[in-house]
Amino acid sequence: MATTPLPTRRPAPAHVRPAPASSSNGNKRNGSNDAGNNRSAVRRRRPGFRREQLSGWGMMAPAALLLLAFIFIPAALGFGLAFTNARLISPRPVEFVGADNFVRLFTDPTFYRALLNVAYFAVIVVPVQSGLALLMALLINKKFRGVNFFRTVYFLPVVTSMVVVSLLWLFMYRKEGLINEVLSAISFGLINGPDWLADPNTAMPAIIILSIWQAAGFHMIIWLAGLQSISGELYEAAQLDGTSRWQQFRFVTWPGLFHTRSLVLVTITIQALGLFDQISVMTQGGPMDSTTTIIYEAVQSGYRQQETSYASAISLVFFVLVLIVSAVQRHLTREKD
Amino acid sequence: MNTKFTKILATSIAAAALTATLAGCGKGSASSSNEGSGEIALWTHNAGNPEELAAVQKIVDSYNGSQDKVKIKIQAFPQESYNDSIVSAAAAGKLPCIVDIDGPNVPNWAWAGYLKPLELSTDLSTHLPSTVAEYDGKPYAVGYYDVALAMMARPSDLKAAGVRTATVEQPWTEEEFQDALTKLKALGKWEYPLDMGTAGTGEWLPYAYSPFLQSFGGDLINRDGFQSADGVLNGDKAVSWANWFRGLADQGFMAKKGGKDSTQDFLNNQSAILYTGSWAADKAKAALGDDLVVMPTVDLGEGPKIGGASWQWGVTSGCQNSEAAMDYLSYSLKPENVAAVAKATGTIPASNEAAALIPAFAEGGANRIFMDFSREYAVMRPETPAYPFIATEYGNAVQDILNGADPKSTLDKAVKAIDANIKSNGGYKK
Repeated sequence: MATTPLPTRRPAPAHVRPAPASSSNGNKRNGSNDAGNNRSAVRRRRPGFRREQLSGWGMMAPAALLLLAFIFIPAALGFGLAFTNARLISPRPVEFVGADNFVRLFTDPTFYRALLNVAYFAVIVVPVQSGLALLMALLINKKFRGVNFFRTVYFLPVVTSMVVVSLLWLFMYRKEGLINEVLSAISFGLINGPDWLADPNTAMPAIIILSIWQAAGFHMIIWLAGLQSISGELYEAAQLDGTSRWQQFRFVTWPGLFHTRSLVLVTITIQALGLFDQISVMTQGGPMDSTTTIIYEAVQSGYRQQETSYASAISLVFFVLVLIVSAVQRHLTREKD
Repeated sequence: MNTKFTKILATSIAAAALTATLAGCGKGSASSSNEGSGEIALWTHNAGNPEELAAVQKIVDSYNGSQDKVKIKIQAFPQESYNDSIVSAAAAGKLPCIVDIDGPNVPNWAWAGYLKPLELSTDLSTHLPSTVAEYDGKPYAVGYYDVALAMMARPSDLKAAGVRTATVEQPWTEEEFQDALTKLKALGKWEYPLDMGTAGTGEWLPYAYSPFLQSFGGDLINRDGFQSADGVLNGDKAVSWANWFRGLADQGFMAKKGGKDSTQDFLNNQSAILYTGSWAADKAKAALGDDLVVMPTVDLGEGPKIGGASWQWGVTSGCQNSEAAMDYLSYSLKPENVAAVAKATGTIPASNEAAALIPAFAEGGANRIFMDFSREYAVMRPETPAYPFIATEYGNAVQDILNGADPKSTLDKAVKAIDANIKSNGGYKK
């Protein structure tokens, strides 16, 4: 996640882009010139090109090898295993069983429940978390005394491990936990909070709140980077035009955040679909499957129930789902020229 | 995005990579220890349990001092990650010679070829039956101790409510238990008079609650051949069990999800009757003194039942020096060693000879009753390689039923999953 490159190219908002000066003829000529240059570059390589190529491959090799050994090969194996009856512990030889695991998966009500839960989680978390993160970024994207204090405070939950956060919230969500005590105190004893994680109706919302609280700070930093890459001149120009605060946000900030927006959207969505840590620590999928997720089901069957092949099938389906969701998002957030 | 992508992928298929290696090792060749000259590795789960670890260390030290051919070396793991460590080590062919194992997992590991049958010089026939794990008619693991489930209460509370104290001769029946809880609840001292440890997870669920199912006449699986749970885990008797168990929560006798530390809650007078293991007895005794009574669990038809088997020791199949490993195990089973571990852990010593060395467990001792429970009531969790799977399915079913799911359909679902699992493993036959 942290290695995802931030967008470096900053598109100018459409309405402030200078109108093209040259005629359509000129554009055409320029285009053909570019193509000609490219062709000659291919024919005549610069001296030392091969050496550069070689050192390029050489520098990539360690990372590429590690990726291959620890990601691509296991991934390929996992896809293969999904069509076998492989188990974590078994003296029996591994056999090819075709689509058996998938048939079982698609007739398993728990799987659909997990899909539903993940969808519920993502539908709430993606807009709320990114919105909240943007709000926090806007608040701290100012120069005032103590701004660093607020930046640190907002970012603090991100630095804490999700497992630790989950453990702490586990205590806070209990029937006699901090949250219910506070609710009771501020309502003068009127609100008698539920046992958040033990009630199928409140367990998922409880986990959603905790997740947003923990992760919003991270996306705040990304938004902040986006905000700071918007040139101050644009705001000055907007001020000269006599725009209101809202108009500045709507017509300068919002278009200026185009790339950041796609990035935040995609990372939060994938993070939401992969929901696992909180569930494993806090509810173990319960009560009554109300918080189980696809990854949790995969780990549960792969390790605790020792059904490696079934877990691989779940992973494969999950992979395809994430692929589809990301592709749709890429399509929706593509640069429309 | 791609990095995130692949990260998720990598996590979800780590298991796949493991098994691929296992398959590569070939059938059953799960281990080969790489110990140096005369050094034998021993793995244990009790890194988080200093008393037990110290007791085992003492046995190892005295064994190492008693001869100079081999040297036992202990490596302790936290209990939560112990099973994972074993499975990973087996997949990599790096299992140590001696391992400790949670009793119900022994058949699974024996079937997987991790363990070899024990050949000990100790006579195991005098040991508590639940401390010897057998599979396929051969002993694969042996424990120093067992634990027993019991009901604890304050005699003063029982007297105030007018409830008879249950005894081994005359345990509570279902009606009496219902009556006792009603009367205790009526005292108004507790929100929930009964604490069954419903906050527990993992192995606690089948360990604690399948004995009730068995007392009703149901079971986790049909033990004749261990091929199906149909009619046993979802029969009329099992449904009666589910309704009864759920009823305890519905009538407000116990919490659907209790506190994290049920013993402490009991000692803090948050509950009147505590259903827990013998391990809590010493602490309760120290806190309550004479105002504590240990009672057998409820007779729901087929007599009181409790789960048998705790942590046990086995020798791995790839051990190069299994004679020495067996020799160590035989040595460690001497009564004084067994007594030392049982004493350190507050558990039931495996043999009568060892019990005689601990005043609390000797004839007439305060904790002797647990030994009686173990002998009289212990039911082994099904000795089949399918057990780890059955345990997770049953655990989920218990939690769902407590939270209001329909008992019959929940149990049907568990049976379906268990039967499918057994079938997909060729009946777990060798």
